[in-house]
Amino acid sequence: MDAKDILGIPKTQLPTTQEKKSRPQKEPQRKPDGISREVYALTGGLAPLMPSIDVSQLKKRPPSDEKITWQWLPFTNSARKDNLQLYHWVRVVNGVPPTGDYSFAKYNKSVDVVKYTDEEYEKYLTDPMWTKEETDQLFELCERFDLRFIVIADRFPSSRTVEELKDRYYGVSRAILIARAPSPTDVSGHPLVKDPYNVSQEVERKRALSMVLSQTKHQERKDAEVLAEAKRITDSRMASRAAEEPEMPVASHVGSESADRAVVLGDTVSPSSNIQLPSATVVPSTSIIADSASTLASLRMLRVYLRTYALEQMVQAASSSAGLRTIKRVEQALQELGVNLKPKVPTKAVCAEHLELRKEILTLLNLQKQ
Amino acid sequence: MTNSSSSKKHGPGQPEEIGPTLKLQRIKMSKPEEAEKRNLNKKLKDVEISIPIVYGNVAFWLGKKASEYQSHKWTVYVRGATNEDLGVVIKRAVFQLHSSFNNPTRAVESPPFELSESGWGEFEIAITLYFHADVCDKPLNLYHHLKLYPEDESGSMSTKKPVVVESYDEIVFPEPSDSFLARVQNHPAVTLPRLPVGFTLPPPVPIEDTSKRKRGDTKDHPLAQWFMNFSEADELLQLAAARQQTDSALQRMIKVAENEIV
Repeated sequence: MDAKDILGIPKTQLPTTQEKKSRPQKEPQRKPDGISREVYALTGGLAPLMPSIDVSQLKKRPPSDEKITWQWLPFTNSARKDNLQLYHWVRVVNGVPPTGDYSFAKYNKSVDVVKYTDEEYEKYLTDPMWTKEETDQLFELCERFDLRFIVIADRFPSSRTVEELKDRYYGVSRAILIARAPSPTDVSGHPLVKDPYNVSQEVERKRALSMVLSQTKHQERKDAEVLAEAKRITDSRMASRAAEEPEMPVASHVGSESADRAVVLGDTVSPSSNIQLPSATVVPSTSIIADSASTLASLRMLRVYLRTYALEQMVQAASSSAGLRTIKRVEQALQELGVNLKPKVPTKAVCAEHLELRKEILTLLNLQKQ
Repeated sequence: MTNSSSSKKHGPGQPEEIGPTLKLQRIKMSKPEEAEKRNLNKKLKDVEISIPIVYGNVAFWLGKKASEYQSHKWTVYVRGATNEDLGVVIKRAVFQLHSSFNNPTRAVESPPFELSESGWGEFEIAITLYFHADVCDKPLNLYHHLKLYPEDESGSMSTKKPVVVESYDEIVFPEPSDSFLARVQNHPAVTLPRLPVGFTLPPPVPIEDTSKRKRGDTKDHPLAQWFMNFSEADELLQLAAARQQTDSALQRMIKVAENEIV
């Protein structure tokens, strides 16, 4: 209320018409008895909200049958090894101090670091890159710092990368585990044995991660563009492949070949000139693949069809992007090459070859037009 | 089996995230039969059955015995490309003749699927093939133009040598049923592609004693001497040569384009 006074905002007009209705509203308005106004303001204040705290709880007194005192008592911490005695305030109920260990002792967890004997070292753990002293030092640090390798790497006397240290540690632990196991199958389920630490992969992963993190905004945008383009191409390829895999493996291969060739052309070309050459050939090849895919799908829907019919449909799909004159020129080219416009022996292989030939001629004609 | 497959997925080591992912994969592999069943059904879709057929007609000029309305004796037929029995797939063939014929709709219920008639005119015959129930419930239509007169008009017609026009085609069943596959897996009239790995067909139904049935194949058919041979080899060679030519032309074009750009 005084906040509003300070701000100079007029006090809110609360309806005080009905007593019953205004009662719950009035209660937060009126500061409750028993506690001071400032304390109540901490809990949500005198603003017209539903109180989040049960007001009666605020002034609850401790059960009066118990006698509570606070005493300054010594205690020991089982997590410590040196029997240090410290003092703290303890809530004593009826003269009985609380029992049990120091309540935070249970949080003192540590890692079980493998301990090897010297003989074991000689037998299993020798390594050209590591001396025994270094390995011992490493293990001591691991024990001390609970396998926090970043810290260990920092403290390690000779300079070794985190990955090298990890590699040595995991390698030694694994070897010891296998050596100590009564039989190999016992430990084959252990994660260390099944998935050994892979240094090169880790190095690579961290490098890639740091690259990604340090990318500038510009690079990010370019990457997103390239990925979207690649996804589009693979999607259209997947569509054709999923539709009829045995029937048209050659089709998608040639289609992707021409797309690849066109992309290669695009790379060698300077952006300003001749950009129509690759783009024009990429577009028909991807749309041809899409058309073939839908034709294949519709053919599959028929429960039976003739091979010649299928070929007709596929030829139509492939030539859908071409005009009538182009189609006539394709047929002319076929005749010049001595190929029947409609194969005399339309087996699966022959039809596939015929279709491919038509597509190639189409590509050739399109290129010649440029 | 569970262990090996889940460890396969984990091959390149990822020691950090072992625990939870291992469990997940074990749960996924707990129902192998269902996955296999799904696989089986999926693989059936990639298997297509094709029946190479040849359909057409053979027509003999009747020579002296020819009348105005009956100048030729002809037979229209559908046969297996290598003269195998098509009865394993086709239940019935219906030949729709010109309306001037009596009962122009002629049904042939058993192989060899052929129809002989005499007449003077050339017209289109619609052949409808009906398949067995487990093969396909939809019929397939073929159209053949009946040819009686030889190509070169000046050529003399002989009673000994008929006019033969045949067309090669293949009937394709893109998604055959299990029972169909089982029934025909070793039949010479049927072309099956190489089956995917791990795909096992149910055991074939034993073929009935062929001597009891009338022969359905056309290997020793009276007209067999006039049947044409269709070999895909020539066509394939032709196509291969053509493709090579086109390929080299394309390569040339690309080289030119690259040189121009540089």
